[in-house]
Parts: sequence; structure tokens; C-alpha cells
Amino acid sequence: MSTRAVTRVYDLAHSRTGDKGNTSNISVICYDEKNWDFLKEHLTEAVVMQAFSHIAQGPVKRYEIRNLKAFNFVIERALGGGVTISLAQDIHGKSLCNVMLAIELPSVGNERKQ
Amino acid sequence: MSRRGPAKDRVRIGAGAGTSDDRMTPALELAERGAIDYLVFECLAERTVARENQARSKDANQGYSPSLHERAQMVLPTCIKKGIRIVSNMGAANPVGGAKAMRMEAKNLGLGDVPIAVVLGDDVSEIVRTMPQLRLMENGEPLESILPTFASANAYLGADVVAAALDTGAPIVLTGRVADPSLFVGPMMHEFGWSYDDYARLAQGTAAGHLLECTASVTGGCFGWPGVKDVPDLANNGYPFADVTPDGRILLGKTPDTGGRLDVMTCTEQLIYEMHDPKAYITPDCVLDITGIKLTEEGRDRVRVEGAVARPRTDTYKVVVGYTAGYIGEGEVSYGGIDAVARARWAAEIVKERLQRRGFTYEDFRVDLIGMSSLHGEPGFPNAGRPEPYEVRMRMAGRTPDKKAAHAIGFEVRAMHMHGPGGAGGACEPRVRDVLAVKSVLLPRHLVKTQLVVEGAL
Repeated sequence: MSTRAVTRVYDLAHSRTGDKGNTSNISVICYDEKNWDFLKEHLTEAVVMQAFSHIAQGPVKRYEIRNLKAFNFVIERALGGGVTISLAQDIHGKSLCNVMLAIELPSVGNERKQ
Repeated sequence: MSRRGPAKDRVRIGAGAGTSDDRMTPALELAERGAIDYLVFECLAERTVARENQARSKDANQGYSPSLHERAQMVLPTCIKKGIRIVSNMGAANPVGGAKAMRMEAKNLGLGDVPIAVVLGDDVSEIVRTMPQLRLMENGEPLESILPTFASANAYLGADVVAAALDTGAPIVLTGRVADPSLFVGPMMHEFGWSYDDYARLAQGTAAGHLLECTASVTGGCFGWPGVKDVPDLANNGYPFADVTPDGRILLGKTPDTGGRLDVMTCTEQLIYEMHDPKAYITPDCVLDITGIKLTEEGRDRVRVEGAVARPRTDTYKVVVGYTAGYIGEGEVSYGGIDAVARARWAAEIVKERLQRRGFTYEDFRVDLIGMSSLHGEPGFPNAGRPEPYEVRMRMAGRTPDKKAAHAIGFEVRAMHMHGPGGAGGACEPRVRDVLAVKSVLLPRHLVKTQLVVEGAL
């Protein structure tokens, strides 16, 4: 595995999106729990807000779920008013986890999930 | 017939549907081969009851989930024969009508007179209409602001009413709005006599219900990624069940000999799905904290769930209020080859100018370039400069109270065939749909009077 200059969230974690009203929640679940501290340090609310700044108005709230090797990011005002009135094709924002996975972070050194 | 005590040392509860549009056959496979005691069909999205309310106002016999007929035909013979009890919110805005329809299906299938316990009382329209001062959870405005186009109001009821319905002994329980996890906790309360003081058990039961409520989403659906998160035989994935003991131990599994996968990864994704504060997942039955949950694989496609805790339920029910909010109009047209994106953008500007010249305005308006920016928008610096696709489909959509203005969007987009930049192809017919929006309020629990009726003879 070649060493990349950056780590993507994708390299360390998997993710799923849920929706409630105009709020999107996106899980970030480490493949290996040893990377949880790295993500805690680098995948901050500010970093996520920046990545979603053209989609959501925010704010972003991060919840830590260490037991599950996971984080839950709750992004407010992210779904064009919510599933019932949104003009988007993806009214639920189900695809938004892929924006999360594409976020680039500093190199962690051990880029692969194993 | 009422149980309310631990006569069994284990109950197996299966998930047969996670939305009204869910697949049909996996529920039958679960009933035939899953050795389940209960089969739960969750078929109500947030706005579905509002939609079904409109259906009932046009025809008093309608208003239940239209999928009820096909689901009944699919599973009733097996469930009745095997004594598998069915719990479902397919009653939607007309649970009694749904029960009559399902009894008719049973009769037509030669299953005789099948009694159905029906839960009523989630429809709180009359109550909330008299409380215009209630605050909308989404924006803090008074309920009054959406009452002029009010369509429906339904409280998310809890597991207690489902358990009471099961206590009647009816083989089938049909409800309107009940919280998704509560549909699963109901059978546990009924079987084991859990009360609202059993926080540890309610926590485990609610966690199990949340893991099951989206069926295939915990068995490999909405999960796979080639080479990274492979899922075997995804075209044939099986639906999940939970084995529950009187003391609240939970072991998940799925229909034998089906595709998909059930493991710690799939369970973790589903557990966090649609959750905000993981220490405070509020249902009508408890306030669940998942942060201490431990998931353990006990063999293939078997996952142990431990460590859920909960605080007592709140004093309120969440109520979804449906209201009409005008129309959404849409149009689409495609461009391909050299400068496809530039021509699509030009077309969008032309359509916008046409709509403006015709005097139409919109509450919200959107241009998508499908193949480029329809899902995740167009990021600015530093993520700008995505490569341009070979072809792109230009889509425009707008929301407006004026149906003509909504139609004009698709009309003007289609006109790009003749009046736009060169080489437009494949425009769709103009699309218009009416908007049924929802917002939420909290209603003191004591104001909601639930009622149980049994259709047919027990």
C-alpha cells in the first residue's frame, strides 16, 4: 500500500446517513479502533462544516461513541427544508455520507484500515 | 389468552417491512424458514399518514397502507397456519378500514374469520387544532402558522398500546402511527410483562427494535461497497429477527439460506442511523442511551446486543402535523459531448429568464447538473474543478403555491429541444406534484386517549 500524502475518512471508516426533518446525521465508524483518536483529533466539527458548507447551513454537532468505534455528526439545515419540501433529487440526503468519506485529513501514516 | 408474564424463555420477533415500498417476499421467507413468533411490518414514513388521510377524505374505505393487500396475500396463509402473530402500522389513517380489508383478504384466502385488534387514538387532529399556541419543533413558530392548510396530526404512540392489543389474543394487531421501535417492543411487553419501570429491559428492547425497523438495512442493504464492504448475494438478502429473553437479552439473526450479512459493521451503521444525541434517543417508551452498547458476533449472521440503558419516557408524545404547501414543478433535458456542461448551464439561464418574463416566482428554486452536481452540489474552493462529465442532464425544480408556475418549469425546459442551445435531447414531460409537508409538536401524553377495538370474533 503506497503511502498517501493525505488520509481520507474513507481510508479509516465507513459511514451511513440518516435524516430527520431538515437535519442530516452521518455516522463515521472506524474499521480499526486504533484510528478513533486520530479521527477525534482531526475530524472536528469545523472540518466537517467546511466540507458541507456548500450544502448545509449548519451548525454541526459531533457526538462521540467510543464503545462503537464511532462518531455521529448531526448537521442542521442540510436537506433543503426536509424530505417533504426539498427540491433535491436525493430528498433524504442518503448520499451525503460520501461527502464525509471524501474529506481529506493529514496523513495518519498507516493508511489502510487493517 | 393474555400473556403478560414470562411463560416462554425466548421470543423471536422478525421484521417484515421497513417502509410501505419494501420488498414483499423476504417477509414470507422469514415466516416460512425463520421460526419466528411475531412478524412486524413497519410501513409508515413521516408524511405517509398525512397522505393517507387525504385518501380517506376522498373515500372513507381508504386511508390504510395500499401495500396491505399484497402483504396480506403474501404472508397470511403461512402466519395463520404457523401461529405467527402480525403487528403492523399499515392501518395508517384508517386502521379500522385496514382491518376490514385484511379480514376480507383472509376470507378470500380460505382462512376463515380472522379477528384483528385495532389501536385507535393516534389521530389527534381535533386536539391540536384547539392548541394553536403549540410550538413547532423545527422552527419554534406557533402551530397556528401551518393550521390554514392543516391536513393531519398523528401522535407517535408507544409499545403499551401494542401490548394491550396483543393481550386480546387476536392474531393480528393493526395500528396507525406508532413509533417504529415500539412496534417491536410491544410483543416483548406482552410476552414478558415488562412495565414502564423496567428501564434496562425497555432499553434493550428499544435498541433491538431500532436495529430491526429498517429490515435489510441491518443485513447488508444500504451498506455494500465493492472491494471494501462486500455483501454476498445482495440480490437475495434476508430479513432480520431478534431473539429476546424475559430479562432483555438480545441476539439478532436473519432468515437462513438468504444473501446479505449481519455483523458488527452492519449493526453499528443501523444503530446510529437517524439518531441525534446517542445518549438520548427519545421514543414513546424510554430515552435510550446507546453509548454503552457492545455488539458481539456469535457465529455467522448472529450478533449479540448488550449494554443499552435508558431513562424514563418523557411526558409528551411527538406529533407529526401534515399540511399542504403548494406544488413542486420539475423538468429535465440532456446534453452530451463537447461543451455539454456549458450548453446545459446556458439552457438553465434561458429557462430562468423565460419564467421570469412570464411573471412566475418561486419560494425555492434549484438547478441540478445530473452527472456532476445534483447530489452534492458544487463546492467552491478548494474542492472546485471537478472534471466535466461527457454528458450531463440539466434538471430544474421549483416550489410555488401556483400550479401553473410549477408546470411552466417543465414546459420551458422541454422547450429547450427547439429553443435552446444546440443538441439538447431527451427532455421529459413537465412534472408537477402537490406538496404535503410535515412539522412536529410535542403534546402532553395525558391529552391523548387511545382506544382498542377488535374487528371480528375472538
